Amino acid sequence: MPIQTYAKLIKKEEIIKDVFKFSVKAEEMVKTAKPGNFIEIRVSNQSEPFLRRPISIFNMNREEGILEFIFQVKGNGTKILSKKQVGDEIDILGPLGNGTFKFEKYNTVAIIGGGIGIFPLYELAKEAKEQGKRVNTYLGFRNKDLVMLEKEFEEVSDKLVITTDDGSYAEKGFAIDFLKKDFEDSSDIENSCIYACGPLPMLKAVQKYALENNINCQISLEEKMGCGLGVCLGCAVKKASSPKDNPEYFHVCKGGPVFNAKDVEI
Amino acid sequence: MNTKINFAGIEMKNPVTVASGTFGYGREYSNFFDLGKLGAVITKGTSLKPKSGNKPPRVCETASGMLNSIGLQNPGVEYFAQNDLPFLRKFNTKVIVNACGSTIDEYVELCKILNTLDIDGVELNLSCPNVKAGCMAFGSSYDGVKTVTKEVRKVLDKPLIVKLTPNVSDIASIAKGAEDGGADAVSLINTLLAMKIDIYKRKPVLANNTGGLSGPAIKPVAVRMVYQVSQAVKIPIMGLGGIMTGEDAIEFMLAGAKAVSIGAGNFADPYVSLKVIEGIEEYMKKCNVDNIEDIVGKVEMN
Ligand SMILES: Cc1cc2nc3c(=O)[nH]c(=O)nc-3n(C[C@H](O)[C@H](O)[C@H](O)COP(=O)(O)OP(=O)(O)OC[C@H]3O[C@@H](n4cnc5c(N)ncnc54)[C@H](O)[C@@H]3O)c2cc1C
Ligand SMILES: Cc1cc2nc3c(=O)[nH]c(=O)nc-3n(C[C@H](O)[C@H](O)[C@H](O)COP(=O)(O)O)c2cc1C
Repeated sequence: MPIQTYAKLIKKEEIIKDVFKFSVKAEEMVKTAKPGNFIEIRVSNQSEPFLRRPISIFNMNREEGILEFIFQVKGNGTKILSKKQVGDEIDILGPLGNGTFKFEKYNTVAIIGGGIGIFPLYELAKEAKEQGKRVNTYLGFRNKDLVMLEKEFEEVSDKLVITTDDGSYAEKGFAIDFLKKDFEDSSDIENSCIYACGPLPMLKAVQKYALENNINCQISLEEKMGCGLGVCLGCAVKKASSPKDNPEYFHVCKGGPVFNAKDVEI
Repeated sequence: MNTKINFAGIEMKNPVTVASGTFGYGREYSNFFDLGKLGAVITKGTSLKPKSGNKPPRVCETASGMLNSIGLQNPGVEYFAQNDLPFLRKFNTKVIVNACGSTIDEYVELCKILNTLDIDGVELNLSCPNVKAGCMAFGSSYDGVKTVTKEVRKVLDKPLIVKLTPNVSDIASIAKGAEDGGADAVSLINTLLAMKIDIYKRKPVLANNTGGLSGPAIKPVAVRMVYQVSQAVKIPIMGLGGIMTGEDAIEFMLAGAKAVSIGAGNFADPYVSLKVIEGIEEYMKKCNVDNIEDIVGKVEMN
């Protein structure tokens, strides 16, 4: 059940240029939050900026009641957020989203993320690993200056592949090609699932690959949002099964943000 | 201190309602507070048949507000009656259904059904800017508003509120159309037709190109229109547009609104409607107002 609370900022770190990791105290929220959930942050209590900003949950420490999220400074809202100081209280709404990452029934969790889309995948990797799943992680970045969280993902993955588009760090190429290669060699496809979050072209490529090869796949989507609760019906995403001339929609905030790749047209 | 009002025959414990399309059918916000604290809940615009709405993106932010082009996505009146109404009825609040259609026949058929349901009133949406037919098309002329209102009135015994669009040049005459058609009240304003352009893509942000502007940005326009309408009609007015605080609500009431409604503000703060109720009570204390009805229309023009 989502709640609204003022969470105290206890740690703040700029992990790469313009990307901030915030640790906040949110005991109630982490009790019920699941991997894939997000929160909505009201960065100012004035009418400007007006709407809350959706940000994924990166990591949770349930014993200590700590929730962590990571965001890139994009526009005005995230800029204001980045100026908050340790000790400040941040107005957050969450946990949001009924569509979360489901991994219980699989043996192998294949995680693929690109750029700032990798944040919601960490809690998934961590919990899957804790439950004894094999976790293979493939993270793609444009270049070496944008590579982040390598150490964190290493700790929660059995295998970690980092790629850069230009080869300036680690493997050169796209993360999906490394994932594909491992699936081609795999003998346990039915018990594996791909989990993807990242830029749209990457998601489309992953979705296409998974559907064509009958591989289980869950993808986390973004869309412009109003309320985050399923009230305003703003963040629509087309149901794959619905006809073009009479489309039907899910909503990212309520049905998602994580969907079965089969169900949505992106 | 008395915050009770009788709005067009609907007895409300306070003048604060939540606006159509910004509160769903109450379920989501009932996780945050008891809906029984509200004067009334106005439902999402509901049509005879289910509607799936417009292509995304459907919302975007603008200065002190937002645009939406949802396109009246809703599950239809039958689903509402079976699933949402019984839920809303668990709370000690009034239920007003926002009704929309694309032809006069559709409005009439819908209101025939609504007349049989356990609801407290109907808000006729003649003002949605995001659908091609109906709605704003009827709402943009005195004759259009009067005709639809009159036809609906014939089949509806429950309190009838007509919701007006601000996208007209003479809001007072439109309100008069509702009154002459037999409406018990009017509500205003719906969203202002607007557009936002992504300057890098050189395309409108919304897939529908245009959308409706709401939020604090529109409040001064709404207050002016409520005042103008209050000078033109005798039926009560529900005022809305950008209300976030008790002070905002009082401003509308002084301009002539007997009740108020809170829309997009719910998205910023799920508790905003309760804060508005508290804010109204604080104002009453501070300014020695015993009866909230006493301040309705009490603005003194310069
Ligand atoms: C479910 C979900 C989870 C997300 N998780 C993260 C995360 O963990 N870390 C992170 O850095 N970013 C995340 N984003 C993207 C983040 O919400 C936007 O970058 C942010 O809202 C930009 O706000 P701004 O004011 O800085 O930018 P502006 O461009 O000024 O924002 C203008 C408006 O557009 C909206 N908007 C802009 N970009 C997006 C976007 N990509 N998706 C949805 N709305 C957008 C804003 O919320 C705001 O209402 C997530 C988005 C969604 C939908
Ligand atoms: C997302 C959204 C959906 C809306 N849907 C409806 C609707 O279905 N019917 C209607 O009459 N008005 C609808 N409205 C208009 C609001 O009820 C209200 O008139 C308008 O937003 C102005 O008030 P506000 O500034 O407080 O939001 C909608 C507004 C928003 C933001």
